[in-house]
Amino acid sequence: MSELPTGLIPCSKAVQQLWEYLDRSLSAEDLGRVDRHMAFCRKCCGEMEFAKELQAMLASSEGDELPPHVRERLERFLEEI
Amino acid sequence: MKTASRHAPLRFHVDAISSVAGWSFRGDGAIERAREGTEQVQAGDREAFEVLARENLPRLYSLARRLAGDEAEDLVQECLLNAYRSFGSLHERGAGPKWLQSILVNAFRDRLRKAARTVQEVGVDDIEDFSLYRTIAEDDPLPYSDTLHLDFLRAFGREDIHEVVQRLPAIYRAPLVLCYIDGYATKEIARMLDLPIGTVLAQLHRGRKLFEREMWSYAEATGLLARETSQ
Repeated sequence: MSELPTGLIPCSKAVQQLWEYLDRSLSAEDLGRVDRHMAFCRKCCGEMEFAKELQAMLASSEGDELPPHVRERLERFLEEI
Repeated sequence: MKTASRHAPLRFHVDAISSVAGWSFRGDGAIERAREGTEQVQAGDREAFEVLARENLPRLYSLARRLAGDEAEDLVQECLLNAYRSFGSLHERGAGPKWLQSILVNAFRDRLRKAARTVQEVGVDDIEDFSLYRTIAEDDPLPYSDTLHLDFLRAFGREDIHEVVQRLPAIYRAPLVLCYIDGYATKEIARMLDLPIGTVLAQLHRGRKLFEREMWSYAEATGLLARETSQ
């Protein structure tokens, strides 16, 4: 968005803080600034939705299964401690 | 400040670990002191420890893989050894799984410290301006897509994400994994990694930026998007 109302933070500042905004780890003041920016800037809203998807993807990436041969070695290690 | 997490607070576990007489996880040489053994584990306790450890091997290995990649098995062994020596300090057996996880994170942290001389911090200026969203829009890697950004993400499988995370420098990978994959609050991460909360927040910020940039580099380097286009 090229013309933002006076007093709003620029897009560059808003997108820099997107993950922190989603984590709610910004100060109340900064949260308010990003909120106000998002209310006016459609482009940054798209970027925020993308950041949400990216976070969700990272969160769901857990889980390497324990291979049987590694389990066997770790159980043997346990017995030898 | 992030205060909630999928896990209960770790205060108890960390206190339990640091209360073991004669040694601590907070400095060099912890493993050597663990091997010497400062606490006699009773026969019944040994059995209970083995049951707890066996039950939690998959979870510990999974966390270790995310933190340490190919060194996961070695890290789990170190965790088991440390946990065995301090098992007497675990008074609440129900807290066992998270107690073990925090010991594993402590062991990983000690490794990071030992390797600190070779770790390169990434300057904020190098990555601050990078935006994966904008890069995708500008490069338009999937020209026939109506949902470009989502399709970019959908091209990544679980293994690809694992690989991208493993490519991050360890000091940024650890907070990112603990926060976004394992759901720990930043306060808990700071306690486990024994870092000021401001440092954890800064590492998380850089880690997120690096993760975005690495997603792009990985997609380019592996031809992930070309494969997606040809399907």
